[in-house]
Amino acid sequence: MIKFVLMVNRQGQTRLSRYYQPVELGKRAALEADVVRGCLYRKKEECSFVEYKDFKLVYRHYASLYIVVGITESENELSVYELVHNFVEVLDKYFSRVVSPIMFNMDKVHIILDEMIQNGHVVETNHSRILAPLSALDTLAHS
Amino acid sequence: MSPSVRLQEMIRVIRSARTQGEERGVIQRECAAIRAQFRQADNGGRSHNLAKLLYVHMLGYPAHFGQMECVRLIASPRYNEKRVGYLGAMMLLDENQDASLLITNSIKNDLAHSSQYVQSLALCTLACMGSAEMCRDLAPEIDRLLRASSSYIKKKATLCAVHIVRKVPELGELFTPAARALLAEKNHGVLHGAVILITELCERNAQTLVQFREAVPELVHIMRGLVTSGYSPEHTVAGISDPFLQVRILRLLRILGRNNDTASDAMNDLLAQVATNTDSSKTAGSAVLYETVLTVMDIKSESGLRVLAVNILGRFLLNNDRNIRYISMTSLQKIVSTDHNAVQRHRGTIVDCLKDQDASVKRRALELSLALVSAINIRSMMKELLLFLSTCPPELKSHAASGIFNAAERYSPSQRWHIDTILHVLITAGADVRDETVPNLIQLITNASQLHCYTVHKLYRALVADISQQPLVQVACWCIGEYGDSLLQGDCEETEPIQVTEDDILDALETVLQSHMSSPATRGFALTATMKLSTRITENVDRIRSIVSIYGSCMDVELQQRAVEYNALFKKYDHMRAAVLEKMPVMDRSSMGQTNGESGGGGVQELEPTKPKQPEMMVAPQPASQVCDLLDLLSDPEEPSLPGGPLGPGGAPLGPAGLMSGSAGGDLLYLLGGLELTPTPTPATAPAAVTVYDKSGVVLKLSCERPLDASQTITLTATNTSDHDVSSLTLQAAVPKNVQLQMKAPSGDSLPARSSAVVTQTVLLNNPNKVSLKMRVRLSYTTS
Repeated sequence: MIKFVLMVNRQGQTRLSRYYQPVELGKRAALEADVVRGCLYRKKEECSFVEYKDFKLVYRHYASLYIVVGITESENELSVYELVHNFVEVLDKYFSRVVSPIMFNMDKVHIILDEMIQNGHVVETNHSRILAPLSALDTLAHS
Repeated sequence: MSPSVRLQEMIRVIRSARTQGEERGVIQRECAAIRAQFRQADNGGRSHNLAKLLYVHMLGYPAHFGQMECVRLIASPRYNEKRVGYLGAMMLLDENQDASLLITNSIKNDLAHSSQYVQSLALCTLACMGSAEMCRDLAPEIDRLLRASSSYIKKKATLCAVHIVRKVPELGELFTPAARALLAEKNHGVLHGAVILITELCERNAQTLVQFREAVPELVHIMRGLVTSGYSPEHTVAGISDPFLQVRILRLLRILGRNNDTASDAMNDLLAQVATNTDSSKTAGSAVLYETVLTVMDIKSESGLRVLAVNILGRFLLNNDRNIRYISMTSLQKIVSTDHNAVQRHRGTIVDCLKDQDASVKRRALELSLALVSAINIRSMMKELLLFLSTCPPELKSHAASGIFNAAERYSPSQRWHIDTILHVLITAGADVRDETVPNLIQLITNASQLHCYTVHKLYRALVADISQQPLVQVACWCIGEYGDSLLQGDCEETEPIQVTEDDILDALETVLQSHMSSPATRGFALTATMKLSTRITENVDRIRSIVSIYGSCMDVELQQRAVEYNALFKKYDHMRAAVLEKMPVMDRSSMGQTNGESGGGGVQELEPTKPKQPEMMVAPQPASQVCDLLDLLSDPEEPSLPGGPLGPGGAPLGPAGLMSGSAGGDLLYLLGGLELTPTPTPATAPAAVTVYDKSGVVLKLSCERPLDASQTITLTATNTSDHDVSSLTLQAAVPKNVQLQMKAPSGDSLPARSSAVVTQTVLLNNPNKVSLKMRVRLSYTTS
């Protein structure tokens, strides 16, 4: 199962974090810093899977944003790799450019993430179905 | 006004803060404002404030004062506020907080709400942080939703059910029929959720697993539909239709087919079809193929399919994408023990990956290469491994070095090759090798008597070149001390002759003694070597005498003691000097196995500064009456002597803990009862494994085979099921006088806690006189 999803920028600051297994607040900062250090300093030729303590990290790099997903041993890494890309595509579809609007619409990004991943497992991967409740919410807000 | 606008402003302000202190100030002001607003019953801005609070929480600042606000917002009738309230609940609350109980009622009401979006919010939150009581309360509701609602709700309800099953495993039976029915759905989202739910149910409960085996044909049918269907605009990723669902189904099939022939048969065709039809040019296809390979390896598939799977992995190895190479090596590692030959075919590619840029790929390639070493390919593999050792990153060096040693020990084609390899490793990675390498190498050298001349020449050259690698220096000093006369002769048929004078040798040893790079152990080696040379060389004995007497006032107590004793040898006991310092006898492997950690016999005893023993130098070499602790145990009253060569004074200190570890954890030595084996004339039936030791989770079993009448092979197997790690595991054995004992090297010396790892050691017994066979085994280890 998926343990957590993190989005960090180049400087290592967390832009979005979502934990599917309870982690104490104090430990979160340390965990994030550690994870980010493991991923940020890898060169371009290195592979996207990192073994960290007793679980694995899958990370992808988009412009100035890094998306890091922590998964347990039993999960298929390539499948999670594709999932991250799917997530970015959905975000792209909703906002026109991925990077900066994300920061300012954190709650919407959370909603999208919740539609895709729930409780550590994948719920839905179809773009239109993921965005359906969000568009419903938008029309509700405008009306 | 949507909450985002106000949130955006705040985020902008926070991001524009230039220092940590400024940011903290901004956040404190905002939090104070938020707190004030929470206290008022302010209607309009509540959701904005909570959203802001969540952002602050994500940055790591405390936000617990928002919990009650979440509860209030959840109870509000407006969708906006409910949304933010539930989000806040998921982030700020967990089941340990008191406030979570307050939202139980709201969730219950919302689950029955008319709008499916509200229902989904409630489901989501319940799945995220529902406590066991909440789950028990609401389980029937979830079941109802599973059966009769829109597909949007169904898929969320299935994942909620997964959470409930995890929290309260007994409720699994409640969901089983519903889960089975869901397999007939068309909607991929629901199907996906259903597969996950079934996976979770099967993993928890073995009976459910048996029940769901009947669903295998259905799953196969769904999978086949996915693979053969054409382009479906909804779910296709890079040409593969819904790879996520395919991967999930394959994983479920793996769980259902494990250890079960009928289920595995039903899947064989499907797996072959998936393996051949899936296009692996993009990552999505590779992900499906990877899962297929894992499934094939895990179930009872036919051999043709397994070969196909290994070939797929081999194809992955040649892929340009680094991720795929890494994945394939990880899977090859898992199957190398079972399908060794198949993996051997790809050895060339694996060895090439040793030179890859990526550290993870290199590590995998190293482990795989070490697993693939065999008697046939040892020479070429070793060349590659040694090349790798000189260029590998430092964290892999010690692992590589120990792997190379193990491989060399098991498969070395000749002694000279073996010695060369070990020397090469010591020269390139000397600082990272384990401590037992030195005594092992010394024992190896003494055994290869015809190579003494060659070895000592090589070592001398290495010593002169570089004295920083401690193990190398130690071995070199020892050899020079023992075989200095061969060195002086100068000619040796296997290497170019160099002229070495006595002064050169003594210079080299003195440099080692005086260098600040030498550890105290190394200095000890060097001093003893210098002393031994006093009998081997003729001219510079005075120089040796002066060196030794200088160290009589050295600050290091160990060295001082040695020097003083050697001085005494020169003065009072000069008549004994030649006898004491004569060449070491050939050490048998069995005695090495017993004296694990003892380096090279007599003179080097005192290397372990933790051992409070008196130096054995003064004792006469053949301790006929000296009783080895181990042999003492034999009931045979005759004079015990270890078969396989006299131990020399090295035998005595076996007594208290013949181990190198002086760890605080405490050595635990357990003496075992004697084991009596009477050789029967008829060949025995299948050798039974007898448990000879079973205490606090560590079990030692003994099993024997009889290939020939006079000789027997005994295998000692140790396993650890306790909660502590076991390390420095050693097995020692003794047999009565007329039986010869030879212990092979153990497969390892540590057992992690609660694991299925085993350590095996083979013992060969030769019983030519057919006496009644007795064996005492001593097992020693350290636990954490």
